[in-house]
Amino acid sequence: MPRAEGARSHGEFGEIRLDRVSRGFDGVMALQDLDLTIRRGEFIAFLGPSGCGKSTALNCVAGLLSLTGGSIWVDDRRIDELPPERRGFGMVFQNYALFPHMTVRKNIGFGLAMRGVPKAEAEARIDAAIRLVQLEAHGAKLPGQLSGGQQQRVAIARAIVVQPPLVLMDEPLSNLDARLRLEMRHEIRRIHQELGRSTVYVTHDQDEALSLADRIVVLRDGRVRQIGTPEELYARPATLDVARFMGYRNVFEGELDGDQGERVAVRRNDLRVVGIPRDALGSGRRAAVAIRPEDVLPGPEGADAISGVVESVEFIGREYAATAQTPTGLLLHFRSHQRLHLKEPVHLRAAPERVLVFAAEEGA
Amino acid sequence: MTTHVAEHPPAAARPTLRRRMAAAGWDRTTLLVVPAALFVLLLFIYPFIYGLILSFEPAKGGVFSNYATFFSDPYLYDTIGTTMWLALPATVLNMALAIPIAFRVRNLRWQRALTTILVIPITLGTVLVAEGLLTYLGPQGWLNRTLIELGLSSGPVRLTHNYWGVFLSLVITGFPFVFLLTLSYITGIDPALPAAAATLGAGPSRQFRHIFLPLLVPGLAIAFCLAFVQAYSVFPSAVLLGAPAGPTRVISIAAYQAAFEQYDYSMASAIAMIMAAVQLVVVVAVLAGRRLFYRGPMGSGKG
Repeated sequence: MPRAEGARSHGEFGEIRLDRVSRGFDGVMALQDLDLTIRRGEFIAFLGPSGCGKSTALNCVAGLLSLTGGSIWVDDRRIDELPPERRGFGMVFQNYALFPHMTVRKNIGFGLAMRGVPKAEAEARIDAAIRLVQLEAHGAKLPGQLSGGQQQRVAIARAIVVQPPLVLMDEPLSNLDARLRLEMRHEIRRIHQELGRSTVYVTHDQDEALSLADRIVVLRDGRVRQIGTPEELYARPATLDVARFMGYRNVFEGELDGDQGERVAVRRNDLRVVGIPRDALGSGRRAAVAIRPEDVLPGPEGADAISGVVESVEFIGREYAATAQTPTGLLLHFRSHQRLHLKEPVHLRAAPERVLVFAAEEGA
Repeated sequence: MTTHVAEHPPAAARPTLRRRMAAAGWDRTTLLVVPAALFVLLLFIYPFIYGLILSFEPAKGGVFSNYATFFSDPYLYDTIGTTMWLALPATVLNMALAIPIAFRVRNLRWQRALTTILVIPITLGTVLVAEGLLTYLGPQGWLNRTLIELGLSSGPVRLTHNYWGVFLSLVITGFPFVFLLTLSYITGIDPALPAAAATLGAGPSRQFRHIFLPLLVPGLAIAFCLAFVQAYSVFPSAVLLGAPAGPTRVISIAAYQAAFEQYDYSMASAIAMIMAAVQLVVVVAVLAGRRLFYRGPMGSGKG
């Protein structure tokens, strides 16, 4: 088959469609029935804890892993049978995977050389890519002479210089220190906005996913738990799992106690909270409550407040992150604007619209 | 690791001798090198120097007369070429076999079992392999019987007591060594590198040419040198499987005959020195070529 077919670089495509993509390893399903349509120019994040199948999904799209079920389509062309070199997607690896024996320029130009791009054009495109990632002074260096952040920039430049229809990034920031990670996050966002390439980004860090992605795919145990915009996932997680992952640190179970249509109440021993139902809840069933620490604030004593004593206080910058223990032994995470003392009594409240009520997990 | 910080509180402004030694890289751990260094000195350097001096003290004639004799007698100087003609092709063939096999084995689940089988010839030693080959490849051996039974050959194929017997034994005993070294070099390459090359449009053959080969060359050069030196000093199989008076009269046989048939230790030393010099020339040439390639870490980034 002629090379141009697979290595089509100017990706004039409408969408990439994953249809029930599955991958098993020795009978264990690492990824099951992933359905996703990636629109042109869209930034998708695969988010989940380690072992959730997010890297498996990415490698399946890249062609580094074969599928055990399902198919992948670029518009109406099926590509899941093609080897990676014929798919023409750019990929940024977790450990950068720069070729240690080639200079920065050679690394970036590798994909162009493989595609037989004429020398003059290749040089011009390498120059543009080096400028884009701000490495003008380092073109002649070997990767070993660069810092982690610079290596990451080379990896990004190498992946995008071939103008792939889709850029795949596998936890590209996980090896960088906190400050550099934030910097590179803005860089990736900037490059995406500048070039508008469709991107799939794998991460276990919800902040990264929330700040970068147009849509987030939350995976757990190889299955999709929720697909939505960052705003949707943040405010309305579909399941308790997703809620936990999106920073709802206060999760406890109780009995349903009154249903007022838009609101439900949950009772646990002597405390009662009101929130928004996220699942179909039968009456009298057990329910799980999820609240973010940021939404729990101390206030005056009252029947609607949850009373407890302060267990720990941590200064986190603008405010304090604290925990309090109720008389029945429940530990609640909350925020306070004032420094609290250990064992000091507090009365905590959360606005009902910020309290999510899920059906209790089976066997939990 | 090798510093002893806070072992003793600094008593005076001037650091203790131990601290000053440690700062220069000498501490108790470094001293562990001493026995090994002594061992090398006593068992390698000393005999070498002794042999070198001995080779310049011939039974008769001037200082260089041993060397003059060697290079004026074709029966002696031909052994350089004879040995080269055995060692070089055998080493090249071993490398050519080891690289693709190591690439294949790298991904196999039963890599350990296969590796073990391939290592056995090393542990057997050359004499046992030579004896095995003698019966297996001989005129009445299984190979020839099978060939004749199958009608593939009218008479026995001569594979012993000639060049091919020695060549085969060098391949069989040398291969596992080259293979193991090559396998370790290949598995030392980060699998993300060929994967990255693939996503950039390089198929398997171009991944090999642009990624694997340049990263492997330095290691392969070392493997080649070690295998070549081993092959060049061939002795038992050249005697047992070869024709030690003719086509496989290798240089070590010449040295042996000088030492134990003519009792001319001085001449034997001279031959040994010539042998070492030839090996050195090849090794230096290969290592010089290696300098042209990248020799840094084979990983990628900070991983």
